[in-house]
Amino acid sequence: MQRMMNSVGNKMETKGLNLYYKNFQALFNVSLPVREHRVTALIGPSGCGKSTFLRTLNRMNDVIEGTRIEGEVLLDGNNIYAPGVDPVALRKKVGMVFQRPNPFPMSIFDNIAYGPRIHGIKNKETLAEIVEKSLQAAALWDEVKDRLHKSALGLSGGQQQRLVLARVLAVEPEVILMDEPASALDPISTAKLEDLIHQLKNNYTIVIVTHNMQQAARISDYTGFFLNGEMIEYDYTNNIFTAPRDKRTEDYITGRFG
Amino acid sequence: MVRESFQEQLNNLRNDILLMGKLVETAIETAVTALKRQDLDLAEKVVMDDEKIDRLELDIERRCLSLLALQQPMARDLRFIGTALKINTDLERMGDYASNIAKVVLSLGEEPLIKPLVDLPRMAELAQKMVRENLAAYVNQDRDMALKAAMHDHDINILYHQVFNELLAFMTRDAANIKQATYLLFIARYLERIGDHATNLSEWIVYMITGERLELNES
Ligand SMILES: Nc1ncnc2c1ncn2[C@@H]1O[C@H](COP(=O)(O)OP(=O)(O)OP(=O)(O)O)[C@@H](O)[C@H]1O
Ligand SMILES: [Mg+2]
Repeated sequence: MQRMMNSVGNKMETKGLNLYYKNFQALFNVSLPVREHRVTALIGPSGCGKSTFLRTLNRMNDVIEGTRIEGEVLLDGNNIYAPGVDPVALRKKVGMVFQRPNPFPMSIFDNIAYGPRIHGIKNKETLAEIVEKSLQAAALWDEVKDRLHKSALGLSGGQQQRLVLARVLAVEPEVILMDEPASALDPISTAKLEDLIHQLKNNYTIVIVTHNMQQAARISDYTGFFLNGEMIEYDYTNNIFTAPRDKRTEDYITGRFG
Repeated sequence: MVRESFQEQLNNLRNDILLMGKLVETAIETAVTALKRQDLDLAEKVVMDDEKIDRLELDIERRCLSLLALQQPMARDLRFIGTALKINTDLERMGDYASNIAKVVLSLGEEPLIKPLVDLPRMAELAQKMVRENLAAYVNQDRDMALKAAMHDHDINILYHQVFNELLAFMTRDAANIKQATYLLFIARYLERIGDHATNLSEWIVYMITGERLELNES
């Protein structure tokens, strides 16, 4: 961590994070900064705890029975696990895009308007504005503007993934968490999503889990390598992929793992 | 498994870089032997053999580029292939200089030398040593050895200035010396350039081993 410049502030940060699923410990003392307006990639072998870690950032693990957490997760310096924090309000600020696109079985318009409506926006024009803006930002507007009231389930996989992203953007989050968002996409949809991530970081802070090392290298500014629930190495993405310091990182990203 | 064939290709690449290094070292040695003996056949051979180095360079380059495209190497693999690409070019240039030296030997012909050769062979020996030590550093991942190799460049530079001044004095003394002194000066210059490229080898080998980019060339 000595190589790290501190010119960019931390939007989020975990400190000494331990997570237990009942008596199984899935995360061990994870401390990781999430720099503001940057893309942080999390890489590591299957089962090392990337998704678990990602879910701690917006308390999505709360819904899993028997989950216990130690340590702190800070958002703008405040512990999101402190008593009195409302998880719903938190998830408005820290949105999440999952591996499989999960559009709701309703129209494209209603998918995007869903979040804003929950947060109390009823005005039709305002909703229409939000829907257009979000679809624009997710680079989907041109493809769907003539079929906003058709079912979202009729969209292609890549379109559905951008729809889900638009749905997240519609509630104006500050941080976007993505768990392998491109794993079900073809190369063109993947490229679109990657371009999009690149643009989004001007306005959002992004944390992305990916199994695709080239993708992590292409789109992220910082990378954290996880192994068996531990965060082994965190550095500038460029350093991780050209000259990692830890042999375990090196072995993993050069495919000599195990 | 894919990674095994990848590893095998990396090993082959390493072996060919070593082969290239051996060919270059031999070229320098042979060129200077040809000079000392004024052996035109030997000089001819150095020029001919340079084609082998050129062909090998193209082959190594092609393989590096396709490994980059097809395997998308990371970390030490990336540094290894990046280094192979860079030192491949340096070695090829060093081969060219050896060939240039041989061509000067051919131009000198059998005309008796104006002075006994002392410093030029010493420069050549140092240059060969730099190549040898760098190759050892390369196979053994030995950072210290690479740094040691680079140190000889300083001595080569000192010898170069010595030769330069000496030859200048010969030219000033007698205009009849000018032609041959100029030829010898070319050779000194080529050897000095070989030393610079050999220093680049050290820099890249250190990068390959640790990821640090050092500036070892004297300015
Ligand atoms: N709900 C759960 N209950 C119990 N154990 C769980 C639960 N979710 C995950 N785990 C365990 O926690 C560990 C980390 O799982 P996690 O899903 O975070 O890994 P991951 O790095 O995201 O893997 P992948 O790359 O396969 O998605 C694994 O051993 C997993 O089996
Ligand atoms: Mg996962």
